[in-house]
Amino acid sequence: MTNRSPSPIVLLGTRFLSPYIMVFGFYVIFHGHYSPGGGFQGGTLLAAALLLIRIASGTKLAQLQFKDYLARPLAAFGVFIYFGTGLLALLMGGYFLDYGELPIPGLEPAYLRYWGILIIEIGVGLTVMTVLTLIYDNMVKGEDYA
Amino acid sequence: MYWELELILFIFLLITAVIALESKDLLVASVMLTMFSFLMALMFTTMGAVDVGFTEAVVGAGVTGILLVVAIYQTTYKTED
Repeated sequence: MTNRSPSPIVLLGTRFLSPYIMVFGFYVIFHGHYSPGGGFQGGTLLAAALLLIRIASGTKLAQLQFKDYLARPLAAFGVFIYFGTGLLALLMGGYFLDYGELPIPGLEPAYLRYWGILIIEIGVGLTVMTVLTLIYDNMVKGEDYA
Repeated sequence: MYWELELILFIFLLITAVIALESKDLLVASVMLTMFSFLMALMFTTMGAVDVGFTEAVVGAGVTGILLVVAIYQTTYKTED
């Protein structure tokens, strides 16, 4: 299946569609604490936007959107955000992931929990997006399907 | 509550599941599994579990279809049995 000629219509369609899927993914992440959705669903939408370009245009051209050597450090950084927030609350005298104890000055405890959940969901979304992209990159390693 | 809608979704769910099981072409089977996931997401939403339905639609109909197509590209199109 690798000797087909590339179709410009498919490439143009995916290039048109991918940024809108990505914007919807960011909407789902940033509205995760008062509507359905959250870090996992938003991260999966971002990964779907990346995989659409990867499966339509090939691995080489998709490096312009998201470089594959960035996936592993960003996944580790997302886990670091999650556990860093939880352990920071633990060190400040609360329980693990007790957002009310986060050391952000000048905020009420209700707003501390609001921002704490947002930070956690950004970390979860980053990890889910990069790990799903990493799975695809390792599955097609050495071959190109565009 | 919406039992007519659920009945229609159940019928289409059974049709897609049987086609995915009985098809000889694995690409047809993976597309049918994607449709199964999307109908399942509609059923979850009908039953009131919006968050579960959203997760099912995004994961089952979005990423799993791409990964199944890549797995078919690396093996074979036809089933052996």
